[in-house]
Amino acid sequence: MTDTATDPLQAGFDTTIGHGDRIEPRDWMPDGYRRTLVRQIAQHAHSEIIGMQPEGAWIGRAPSLRRKAILLAKVQDEAGHGLYLYSACETLGVSRGELTEKLISGAQKYSSIFNYPTLSYADVGTIGWLVDGAAICNQVPLCRTSFGPYGRAMIRICKEESFHQRQGYELLMTMMRGTEAQRAMVQESVNRFWWPALMMFGPPDDESPNSAQSMAWGIKRNSNDDLRQRFVDMSVPQAQALGVTFPDPELRWNAERGHHDFGQPDWDEFMQVVKGNGPCNTQRIAHRRKAHEEGAWVREAATAYAAKQAAAAHGQEGAA
Amino acid sequence: MTDHVEPASHPAADSASHPAPDPSDAHGSVYDGLLGGDPSHWAFGTDFEDPLAGVDTTVPDGVDAGDLGTYCQMLADDALVASQRLSQWTSRAPDLEEDIALANIALDLLGQARLLLARAAAADPSLVPALPSGSPVPPEDALAFFREAGQFRNVRLVETDNGDFAVTVVKLLVFATARLALLERLSASRDHVLAAVAAKGVKELTYTRDYAGRWFLTLAQGTDESRRRLDAALAAVWPFQAELFATHEVEARVAAAGVGVDPATTADDVAVVLAQVFAVSGVDQPTQGALAAVQGRQGRDGLHTEALSLLLAEMQVVARAHPMGQW
Repeated sequence: MTDTATDPLQAGFDTTIGHGDRIEPRDWMPDGYRRTLVRQIAQHAHSEIIGMQPEGAWIGRAPSLRRKAILLAKVQDEAGHGLYLYSACETLGVSRGELTEKLISGAQKYSSIFNYPTLSYADVGTIGWLVDGAAICNQVPLCRTSFGPYGRAMIRICKEESFHQRQGYELLMTMMRGTEAQRAMVQESVNRFWWPALMMFGPPDDESPNSAQSMAWGIKRNSNDDLRQRFVDMSVPQAQALGVTFPDPELRWNAERGHHDFGQPDWDEFMQVVKGNGPCNTQRIAHRRKAHEEGAWVREAATAYAAKQAAAAHGQEGAA
Repeated sequence: MTDHVEPASHPAADSASHPAPDPSDAHGSVYDGLLGGDPSHWAFGTDFEDPLAGVDTTVPDGVDAGDLGTYCQMLADDALVASQRLSQWTSRAPDLEEDIALANIALDLLGQARLLLARAAAADPSLVPALPSGSPVPPEDALAFFREAGQFRNVRLVETDNGDFAVTVVKLLVFATARLALLERLSASRDHVLAAVAAKGVKELTYTRDYAGRWFLTLAQGTDESRRRLDAALAAVWPFQAELFATHEVEARVAAAGVGVDPATTADDVAVVLAQVFAVSGVDQPTQGALAAVQGRQGRDGLHTEALSLLLAEMQVVARAHPMGQW
């Protein structure tokens, strides 16, 4: 941080943060704050866009017309979330095009959960319940984040995410009322996604390099471990109501703490996935790159057409 | 459901009052999810606005129930197969705005298909494929997921591959223009369900036709590359358009009964609209001949291209693995 005693801009920024007020795009902000926000919002936007793939893969195979409509609408919402977040990022001076380039070049990351494959229709429900549920735990505090456009985007996104979570849970609940094969499909899916869902909160607090500064800036509001605990406590009764178990022999209620004790995810696996060796990292980026590159001629056509229209309008004005 | 915010590009979303469906209505099950009830069942493009609430679902006199059911299948299958194709663009469109717009159109068509298949099943239950005793699969899903390709009655235009964005735009322009002209007339059907579905569809297809028309113009006038691709797309799609206006004997009979519309009666209006789009875009009227029938049979007779069975293989795989499943 710079010398706050002599810098009125920095002092004003610190006062705003200290009061828990919002920083707006035209306000002065430290370079580090701006960089951190761009990194975090872009990563979030990319997660929405990459997150369209694992569920989108099942739109074509949805087993009822109603489920097809629900899933199609949900994946469409994710595209909408990506749009709001890219827009929030643009208020910090970075364009959607630049961010997309950074995504497909690997310079910016997205949530590692989407590097896991979707292998059955139950995964659509499990992603809604556990993955969207974990995302909500992470994101609800961000509605109060210090940067205005990000916080406002998050309010809208969180409402939609909670809707998706209920839909996912409702799918699993319906499947559990179905056949033995369907119940087995749900349990198998939960077994595969439980640990990756816990990883979504990031590494344990003592190994999370960026957390302290982000919390001081009011960009981040709760520690990784706190949020993970909250998620476990929330999910256990939901699993019981559903009739599934989590694959963790250490999971039990601790009356003394007033929380559930639980085991640790495989952090070596987590690091492998983060480094790019996850089951679907290459596939997800290749899919995004292909769509971006194959759409280039369409975007160029739209730009060229708009330019011709603008030139024609200008010409008419000149003649008048 | 009120807390769910509509993506900006959707044309109209009035999710206001949805009166409860008549519980004495034997076909209420399909409309329940569309009209409200459990909000977790609700999704964009599937809510059915007031027109169908309390609609009389008895088969009008003077029309054969089998003909009405088959006619509803034709209209439903066009929408269902087109929706399945369009949804394949999800996460693959040229830009996020197009991803969202194409999903909206797919959702609109899916909503039409669901209601029309339910209507087909209600009009003539013998059309619904037999499932194991006690199967919870509703009749509209049985029709969608348990019929063979030869039992689908969609025109061949909608089942062909998406191709590039230009092919999709041209297909969508031709399909939406024809379907809009058809549904405008069908909204006067003596069958109250068809009239209500058509009235809702007219609003949706007006948007769809406009969307496709704007992109047609943009691609025509954009770059040399987009013009080259558009010309190629038009040449590839045009042979499929004539089938949209060929009158099947079932269509002739339901039209005579005042329940359906003879598609041939829309051909001139559709040609005028398309000619306007071509003229504004500076594109010559295509001259490719119509795709031949096979021993006189086309899509409406269950005779399809090679693309349909592959499309259905994907669409039906999970449902068929679980004929006793609940979703």
